[in-house]
Amino acid sequence: MAVAARKTKAPAQSKAAAKTATKTGSAKTGADKGASKALSNMPTFDKAEELHAYREMLLIRRFEEKAGQMYGMGLIGGFCHLYIGQEAVVIGMQMASKDGDQVITGYRDHGHMLACGMESRGVMAELTGRQGGYSRGKGGSMHMFSREKNFYGGHGIVGAQVSLGTGLGFANWYRNDGRVSFAYFGDGAANQGQVYESFNMAQLWKLPVVYVIENNRYAMGTSVSRASAQTDFSRRGLSFGIPGEQVDGMDVRAVRAAAERAIEHARSGQGPYILEMQTYRYRGHSMSDPAKYRSKDEVQRMREEHDPIEQVRGRLTRDFKVSEDELKAIDAKVREIVNDAAEFATHDPEPDVSELWTDITLETARA
Amino acid sequence: MPIDILMPALSPTMEQGKLSKWLKAEGDTVKAGDIIAEIETDKATMEVEAVDEGILAKILIADGTENVAVNTPIGVIAAEGEDVSAASKPAAAKPAEKPVEPETKAEPAPVASAPPSVPAQAKSYDASSEFPAGAEVATMTVREALRDAMAEEMRRDGDVFVMGEEVAEYQGAYKVTQGLLQEFGAKRVIDTPITEHGFAGIGVGAALTGLKPIVEFMTFNFAMQAIDQIINSAAKTLYMSGGQMGCPIVFRGPNGAAARVGAQHSHDYAAWYSNVPGLKVVMPYSASDAKGLLKSAIRDPNPVIFLENEILYGRTFEVPKSDDFLVPIGKAKIVRPGTDVTIVSFGIGMTYALGAAEALAKEGIEAEVIDLRTIRPMDIETVIASVQKTNRCVAVEEGFPQSGVTAEIGMRIMEAAFDYLDAPVARVTGKDVPMPYAANLEKLALPNIGEVVAAAKAVCYR
Repeated sequence: MAVAARKTKAPAQSKAAAKTATKTGSAKTGADKGASKALSNMPTFDKAEELHAYREMLLIRRFEEKAGQMYGMGLIGGFCHLYIGQEAVVIGMQMASKDGDQVITGYRDHGHMLACGMESRGVMAELTGRQGGYSRGKGGSMHMFSREKNFYGGHGIVGAQVSLGTGLGFANWYRNDGRVSFAYFGDGAANQGQVYESFNMAQLWKLPVVYVIENNRYAMGTSVSRASAQTDFSRRGLSFGIPGEQVDGMDVRAVRAAAERAIEHARSGQGPYILEMQTYRYRGHSMSDPAKYRSKDEVQRMREEHDPIEQVRGRLTRDFKVSEDELKAIDAKVREIVNDAAEFATHDPEPDVSELWTDITLETARA
Repeated sequence: MPIDILMPALSPTMEQGKLSKWLKAEGDTVKAGDIIAEIETDKATMEVEAVDEGILAKILIADGTENVAVNTPIGVIAAEGEDVSAASKPAAAKPAEKPVEPETKAEPAPVASAPPSVPAQAKSYDASSEFPAGAEVATMTVREALRDAMAEEMRRDGDVFVMGEEVAEYQGAYKVTQGLLQEFGAKRVIDTPITEHGFAGIGVGAALTGLKPIVEFMTFNFAMQAIDQIINSAAKTLYMSGGQMGCPIVFRGPNGAAARVGAQHSHDYAAWYSNVPGLKVVMPYSASDAKGLLKSAIRDPNPVIFLENEILYGRTFEVPKSDDFLVPIGKAKIVRPGTDVTIVSFGIGMTYALGAAEALAKEGIEAEVIDLRTIRPMDIETVIASVQKTNRCVAVEEGFPQSGVTAEIGMRIMEAAFDYLDAPVARVTGKDVPMPYAANLEKLALPNIGEVVAAAKAVCYR
């Protein structure tokens, strides 16, 4: 049924808006404001913002396509979960973030790292298990971090990042430093028990956390309706009094607008906020997933009618009169970055064998 | 028929307590449920309710009496006009509440006896060799030593905080965090809901940013709910991040068997956590080690599993009065020198090891007793050096035998000192069964001094 609601753009939009307006309790103020804003006029981007979103999303798309190719060539091992189709979520969120805000997510994490400003070379080299990878080849696709960019992983255990992300919010509250933590997880992780333990404590202690549920409709091969008694994930915090909204996660403008409301709520000391990003992954759960649980038509329809990058591209050419040549130039630049990353990740050496025995524990400081 | 009021137990491990106050006087009328007295231990305070109605005919134990053994008659309730002269002799008193062994109820002296399964404190224990020179020494319980360790480190470093169930307003389920809320406030002494998985994850997340949480589990049995965060997040993230993301966190709480709490509250997890690279695992026996090691654990940049023991909480030891007294993690200690056999143990296992050493000495066998103190990283060198001298070893733990810590000790000795052994390494462990509830079965399930003595004699061929 979620699929039916997605057939045209308009119903999906109004559905999101209507949900926003029906929030209860402490959700009222912030969410209502958002609802009226969303209803009266769809949040717009200026040309620079559209171009930024286009370039950033395209980088993730091309990077992930390349990763898929390299996996096929045997250069990337293990599991590899591609973010293609979901790019608007993390880019819209980052466009609303401030320096110092932290990001943590699950194993579909390449897009989040690029969005946090981590280098394509370092991410790709980690995928290939080389010394130049962000974890020096010891983490792999699912386990990458950057303290410098406030990216806290990259976690392979479904749902663990929700408690950890709440802990990042706890640290912000403890230090009172005005930072907000963004804890991303999927519709599958949303059924884990520790998610609700975390919701409870985050609201109890008013921790600055934004929970971003990337509902791509399938937890591996199980559709939302087959796994979830409550398929409206924005309501999952209701019993704790955590406000939530459903957001068109294929429209980067809607994502940023919702993110601004959520982040403002969290940063101002009102506690956590839930954003259900209605999105879609075009590829299988991982590289080895033939995706037999959904039809080719369904995927095709999403790509043609809701693609997050095509939406921006359309507005750039139509509304901002950006020429095809300009867009091609951006595309070329992005391909150059990705090709360079792939080149680097292919030829960078594997970690030195001595790395096997490093980073297990830190040296104890002399007291 | 007069009814005795007996000194109640507040917990499965309580042996004695203080009768702090009578709220009724002799001759007062009481109804069932009336609060008639207050008792306290170092752990908690509780009110004593009248179990029947009548007149508080006799007070047998006065206000303020310390060390009143559980089940000692403390007063007598009689019906109107009933003669209580007979009841005033405690030895003749009959139990009113629970069935107890006749010799126990006939024992009127306010003297504590150790619970049957765990030996009393060994007399030979002396920790002072590691104390800072010239430091004043105080006598304190393990419980107080742990509290002082946390308080001192929290004074020293604002990034240190403690979180867990009942750590703040309740003052700690086992009173280990007593007084911390008053000194450090609710932001640094945080009561959590009963959600081990969630708050362990929150603690780890906070630690990844550089804060230094002390996460208390009411018991490590409950940490099973949180073990994913402890192992997959806390222990592995440093490695998986290529050294970027350290996790300076302490998980602490009572571990292993207490007394009569059954299989789900009696598990010893030393072997489990010691199996995981990225963790440090500490299991102290004495109060000075508890304090010095907990301070080291809090300052350590790695996740540390700090395994305490409920029965040891109330034991007293000498502890140096010094904020700078640290016991290094990863260092074993020879607590009793000897020449004939090495007995190595840790945590509450030391009670069996030390008790056995005393018994063996009477038979002319001088055991060298080693307290491992840290399970991971294991100071096997100290054990090996001892075995090279004694040529015999008995390893003792309360945990299960298969893949246990003693199994590891035995293997490591074989790898490093096979040629020095005059007998195969022996081990004494908890039995390979879930912990039973019945007192007699529980006693059988745990190690005892006799088993350690027998094992030591066996490796000495005596």
